Amino acid sequence: MIALSIDITLTQDTFTLEVRESAAVEVLGLFGPSGSGKTTLLEAIAGIRTPDRGEIRVGERTLFSSAQRIDLPARERHIGYVPQDSLLFPNLDVTGNIRYGAGRAGGEFGSLVTILDLQALLDRRVPMLSGGEKQRVAIARALMTRPSILLLDEPLAGVDRERREVILPYILRIRQELHVPLLYVTHDRQELDTIADRVLLLGGGVDQSR
Amino acid sequence: MSAETWAIARFTVLMASLATLLVLPPAIAVGWVLARRQFPGKALLETLVSLPLVLPPVASGLLLLWFFGRRSPVGQALDAAGVEIIFTWKAVVIAMAVISFPLVARSVRAGIEQVDRRYEQIAATLGAGTFRILRTITLPLAAKGIAAGAVLGFSRALGEFGATIMIAGAIPGQTRTLAVGIYTLVEIGREDEAWVLVAVSALLAFGAIYLSNYLLDRKGAV
Repeated sequence: MIALSIDITLTQDTFTLEVRESAAVEVLGLFGPSGSGKTTLLEAIAGIRTPDRGEIRVGERTLFSSAQRIDLPARERHIGYVPQDSLLFPNLDVTGNIRYGAGRAGGEFGSLVTILDLQALLDRRVPMLSGGEKQRVAIARALMTRPSILLLDEPLAGVDRERREVILPYILRIRQELHVPLLYVTHDRQELDTIADRVLLLGGGVDQSR
Repeated sequence: MSAETWAIARFTVLMASLATLLVLPPAIAVGWVLARRQFPGKALLETLVSLPLVLPPVASGLLLLWFFGRRSPVGQALDAAGVEIIFTWKAVVIAMAVISFPLVARSVRAGIEQVDRRYEQIAATLGAGTFRILRTITLPLAAKGIAAGAVLGFSRALGEFGATIMIAGAIPGQTRTLAVGIYTLVEIGREDEAWVLVAVSALLAFGAIYLSNYLLDRKGAV
């Protein structure tokens, strides 16, 4: 459970994202059609994109506040971010990817490998992995930093419909065994019903402005 | 091939290799700054970096001659420390390095620009600082561009003439490179020997360009 408080305005080329949300969450689902700014919001929380104004608080920490002139760099935010296309480092193998963020907090490599069922993949090179395998590795890589919250951007988008059941249980296990709060993005209502205990709706694209 | 020709060829390859090694660290630094940073005066730095590419090499050579000469503070300091540069092999390396720097820096920059920035952003969310990201993500992913730039710089150094003859001269057995050798041999009427050096130069240039293209074409290499 973590207190999450987001109140930001962020202008992009095609739309303005305005979000106000304040809740204590285990799994917060973020739902909305393509182009409604779901990924943009995750990037703002992770510290990759800077909002025009507003405030982002996760737990006790203020990550961004235009009023207080706080804008923590991404590497100091302790946010786990798994983008939709995983973005595993192609120059490292699976183990190298998972251990990349270990320096700081030293998450438990062994238990993450077990929970996400990665033993067989550890020596593989990134191009040899399927979409679902890449997602699991990316999730382990993010969790190795012991983040205060894990942001998942449509983890099932790159996975075949029939194989979704294969990855969903892993996400549920993270929730149950590691107690890491999740912010889970999707445009699939069914997924949210399975996973989220609270849902934040983002409006459609341009309608969102003002 | 005579012993003298062989010695000149070996000397040239050695000097060009040293110049390439000398140029790589600053070229990587400047290439990264130009590819990834925004700052006031960036256009000026871009222009300065490319300047030796368009300036006649002889002009660059004269500037170097002044810079390392006894009338400049740097030259005086070197003189006081007992370091001789002008008309030694060190001058050959410096001339080659300065002239090939723009080619290497531009290649590195292009290589880094092709690396998806989102890899660097993800590395930052995993707690990595700027230098670690550069070392572990950016440079390995830009390795092809950097290697091609190094080969290109090496090729340019092999053929360097204008700046070399200004600050290193053409002292046989000490500062005479292939390019300078061809010129001086023709000057003193030993044209036949000059042709041998031309053949050696052509061979080396062919090999270097072939290698550079091979590195750039290689698929899937990281």
